[in-house]
Amino acid sequence: MTKEKREILIFFIFTLAVLITPFFLQGSYFLNVLVFIGINTMLAVGLNLLLGYAGQISLGHAAFFGLGAYISGILTTRFGLDPWFALVIAAVANGALAFVIGFPILKLKGHYLAMATLGFGIIMFIIFNETVAVTGGPSGLSGIPNIQISSLIFDNDLRNYYLIWIITLLVMLFSINLSHSRIGRALRAIADSEVAARVLGVNARVLKVQIFTVSAVISAIAGSLYAHTMTFISPASFGFNFSIELVTMVIIGGLGSIYGSFLGAAILTILPEFLRVLRDFDIIVYGLLLIIMTMYMPGGLISGLTRIAEFIVGKIKSRGARHA
Amino acid sequence: MDNSRQLFQYILSGLSNGAIYALIGFGFAIIYNATGIINFAQGEFVMLGGMFTIFFLAFFHLPLLPAIILAILFSTIIGIAFERLAIRPLKNATPLSLVIITIGASILLRGIAMLVWGKDTHAVTAFSGNDPLYIAGATILPQHIWIFAITLLIIAANKIFFNYSIVGKAMRACAYNSQAASLVGINVKTMVLLSFVISSAIGSMAGIIIAPLTMTSFDVGIMLGLKGFCAVIIGGMSSGLGTIMGGLLLGLLESLGVGYISASYKDAIAFIILLLILFIRPEGLFRTKETERV
Repeated sequence: MTKEKREILIFFIFTLAVLITPFFLQGSYFLNVLVFIGINTMLAVGLNLLLGYAGQISLGHAAFFGLGAYISGILTTRFGLDPWFALVIAAVANGALAFVIGFPILKLKGHYLAMATLGFGIIMFIIFNETVAVTGGPSGLSGIPNIQISSLIFDNDLRNYYLIWIITLLVMLFSINLSHSRIGRALRAIADSEVAARVLGVNARVLKVQIFTVSAVISAIAGSLYAHTMTFISPASFGFNFSIELVTMVIIGGLGSIYGSFLGAAILTILPEFLRVLRDFDIIVYGLLLIIMTMYMPGGLISGLTRIAEFIVGKIKSRGARHA
Repeated sequence: MDNSRQLFQYILSGLSNGAIYALIGFGFAIIYNATGIINFAQGEFVMLGGMFTIFFLAFFHLPLLPAIILAILFSTIIGIAFERLAIRPLKNATPLSLVIITIGASILLRGIAMLVWGKDTHAVTAFSGNDPLYIAGATILPQHIWIFAITLLIIAANKIFFNYSIVGKAMRACAYNSQAASLVGINVKTMVLLSFVISSAIGSMAGIIIAPLTMTSFDVGIMLGLKGFCAVIIGGMSSGLGTIMGGLLLGLLESLGVGYISASYKDAIAFIILLLILFIRPEGLFRTKETERV
């Protein structure tokens, strides 16, 4: 089987699994968790394009998520716009913002880039909190309408599940295609060595900004969908901690792996449910996970698990050979 | 008169905050110069300094001075543990994984602090009372004087250590070229460890002297750390005059911004300055530009 065929098959199986999962679930709790996994997968995949493929860190991605949610929320509640239209405006506005700030920000490298994106994230978080007249401030914005297609209103968990996951699948498909395209190869070249990539004729400066923009647009779409499914948003969901959580998802899943991002998003969404007993102390587990994963599994779970499997298979084989 | 007195108060609190930012910035610079790592957990040592002091004061009823000394000692031990457990095992790690590991450590330390000491905000008693001194019609708290004095002391000690002691010179040699340093017999690993020792000690000291003015809790480290980073960026990643100027400048602008523009955007001011500096002069305000080596 060629690599491309295998890729198509995997995506097909994944899609099928996503579509039939609700039939095996009872009650809305699991569906609700799965909706969150979908939104987080979108965000992680978007960030992975930047972090995993282009090798550019962003510690402020929650700001794009939040901006998408707020633009959508404000346009629908205060100006009565249709949610779909608001979603498009949120995506375009986020893209424009990312494109403008992308040029000065992505000129920076390594730690400086990390700090600049972090600073951007914190400034946006302060704006969400302080512009009370527009965003409702710390107490949040409520009464955001659900998304609607003619008479079909996405107001229960099952409908939201399909809405979120169909868009998530589209985002994943788009990202997989992008990573196999010329652009994807150029991005990986930049991640390896920006200078070498430029020498080979990759317009690194523009390309980095473009992928940053794409990533911000995906985050905005996720934010807008989040606002319309939750119908309530508050700044607490878009702070520095969430930016870190997103980076954790991408790293745990595996840099540059789209399904890895899904895995990371799933783990980090489910983990707090199990860590309920620990209440706020789940951040200790996050911290440990981040350190241990980067130290011992730098390729993330997907490649780590494959390596462990290969190691075990190798052991068994060599033992078998010795006995024979 | 009232206006100018107010202005003086803003300047005073700006400068004392600025001194703290400069000290925290020093911690960043010392580790960066020894290892090339930006230690995102730097702010947590500031938090640890304040929290340990309260811990020793409240639970063991120690007098202030031993409590401070123990607090610095314990913070430094945690700094050493951090270096040994998370930094040293990494060889040839990319900047990205270093950023993530130090962030992980920062989250971990913050979480443990919350677990041990709870979420409450604590106040450390001022070192020598809260009766303001009146100097030329303006009021100044004794704690401000402590902050300025201790900051000056640390700066002077730093200067003497790095310029005149053999160990300090060895550390500078490592910062300049660690391979060459190891060729002339300097133990680079020890120097890296030492940089973590010094920077966690300075960081915790900063946390201790500011705690009586601003209160402290498990989560003060993030903001203070980031502002210290801001100061050291303005200063061009040096542990010298540039960072001091950077810290003071940041403290002043922030305090004047709070006084004359809006208190709710206090933290935003620092980050807008950070972004502007990174965009316009990433090499810092006080440093000549270097060409990039590949």
